[in-house]
Amino acid sequence: MKANYGYMDGSGEYFITINTDPCTECTEHPCVAACPVGMLEIIVDDYDDEAAAVKEEHRKKLKYDCAPCKPVAGRSPLPCVTACPQDAISHSW
Amino acid sequence: MADKKKEFWRWREYNWRDESKDWKSADVITAGVDVGSVSSQAVIMLDGELFAYSNMRTGSDSPDSARKAMSWAMEDTGMTLDDVHYTVGTGYGRVNVPFADRAITEIACHARGGNTMYGPTVRTILDMGGQDCKAIHCDDRGKVSNFLMNDKCAAGTGRGMEVFADLLAVSIEDVGDLSLDVDEEPPPVSSTCVVFAKSEATSLLRNGWSTNRVLAAYCSAMASRVVSLLERIGVEKDFAITGGIAKNRGVVERLERELGLTSLKSKYDTQIAGALGAALFAKALEEKKRAKAV
Amino acid sequence: MITSGIDIGAKFVKVLILKDDEVLCRVQERTGFDPSAAAKRAFAAALSQTGLKEEDIESVYATGAGRKKAPHVHDSITDVGAAAKGIAYLQPSVRTVIDVGGEEGRAVKVSAAGKVEDFAINEQCAAGAGSFTEAIARALEVPLEEFGRLSLQSSATIPMNAQCAVFAESEVVSLVHAKTPKADIARAVHDAIASRIISMVRRVGINNDVALIGGVAFNPGFVDALSRGMETEVVVVEHPDYVGALGAALAARERSK
Repeated sequence: MKANYGYMDGSGEYFITINTDPCTECTEHPCVAACPVGMLEIIVDDYDDEAAAVKEEHRKKLKYDCAPCKPVAGRSPLPCVTACPQDAISHSW
Repeated sequence: MADKKKEFWRWREYNWRDESKDWKSADVITAGVDVGSVSSQAVIMLDGELFAYSNMRTGSDSPDSARKAMSWAMEDTGMTLDDVHYTVGTGYGRVNVPFADRAITEIACHARGGNTMYGPTVRTILDMGGQDCKAIHCDDRGKVSNFLMNDKCAAGTGRGMEVFADLLAVSIEDVGDLSLDVDEEPPPVSSTCVVFAKSEATSLLRNGWSTNRVLAAYCSAMASRVVSLLERIGVEKDFAITGGIAKNRGVVERLERELGLTSLKSKYDTQIAGALGAALFAKALEEKKRAKAV
Repeated sequence: MITSGIDIGAKFVKVLILKDDEVLCRVQERTGFDPSAAAKRAFAAALSQTGLKEEDIESVYATGAGRKKAPHVHDSITDVGAAAKGIAYLQPSVRTVIDVGGEEGRAVKVSAAGKVEDFAINEQCAAGAGSFTEAIARALEVPLEEFGRLSLQSSATIPMNAQCAVFAESEVVSLVHAKTPKADIARAVHDAIASRIISMVRRVGINNDVALIGGVAFNPGFVDALSRGMETEVVVVEHPDYVGALGAALAARERSK
């Protein structure tokens, strides 16, 4: 399942997509610790699969909460995306 | 005598029940309660068949709304909560159904409900709710394979439409039909943001635009915006629309035109998709429970 | 040399006339639904106030959201450019300028020479700018001018879930029903908008001195929330709403030499 967390508003589209099928194959989930803001968590979804998800309190503020990793000048590869061994995380912006 | 200001955003609340069914002879009685930020629905099923439901505005206290929706659905049936074998709660802050046996996400419930309402061919469900907009891909059993939800921004939601109905002093239930009653389709309102769109609409009215034309411009903008949301996960046939805005022909027809697809229609009320799915999950869970007990 | 800057904002048009290093006048008018007409009126009022004639002004530059709608101007510069120029002139120690108007919020990284190094903009969403505070003040039936001071009277922080001005209005209505003190709601609103603006500022980097310009600079609640959130004393210059117009007038002067 592809879970898209985030939103679109007048200023743009801000989604973090977690591909839960490859995600469930990972046991360590290094993405959680990699995020400097601590936005990710591991949940058991409605179909009883364990996968990463964006914490509820961040889903409507993605543009702002992800801002530390997205400076205007000199943007480096995103820590969460880099940490994932399954290539299961992607950002839409 | 004080003149009560007409609340144009207020839509009709109601309950319904199948008088031909006798719940006392049912084997599995389940309920689904969907407490959204704007509206709440409770659905009662007898052996997987729809028996009764209610649709009302969510009050300031969610657990209270859950209880009210449930008792309203059971009204005049003689049924009480004790007669229900399994209840699944869902909706925004789904923990707000205190009497539920389990909570399941609104995404999963909408997919499951949509599968029953529209049949196993449905693959893309668009739910336009009071304060959110969801795009869901599901398989032939109603299991979610891809989803996207926007509950951050009022554009594309019922609340956004309520703001416009209020601004133009048009009953929200009439917005769709009036928006289609125009000589030619006007350009859509350019601002996505409801706050800015409202200023824009005020400006258009001052420039002599008729109410219907402004409604058309807004419905058109809402439809385009929703199409963008859908295109993020892709639209696969068959396509269906649930939620309150599914009843707004002005948005639905423009959406279909832009997608080049016709949405499936259902004999069920489009606002009960979530609660229906929850009640169906409840049936499966109750049957599983009984099978284990044997 | 006399030059003029016209800043056509979403809510107000600001006109400033500059002679060498002296500001001869500052005039503003509500933008309303016809920015061009409002700009004309404001400019005429400025001329009248100073006793100048249009021919006396060497060059007029426009800035702001409606800068393309300005009548009889020589050229225009962006809001970002105007903010940087204006603030560098008034307070050369500033390295980060935050400009929050009714419809847009901007963060600009300014070099020592007053040039724009980086910028980030919050646009097309009412929650990212002054409209957010306005919408809630209206819902609470508190005049906008008092809303900021009210927030400073709060002693409690309450969470605000809504990230949209429309949803926030509904949330505020529920809070009022639950008897939440208006001061606490006001503070939550100011903290929320400040937090969004600060996230945007972080994208260009928070480098002291940090200045706030634009209409919201008159809101003490917002200045306080920003200062607390960034853990720095935010600088507010005199006539913060005219910094853009000043920047435009300075640009007019530079390019006329």
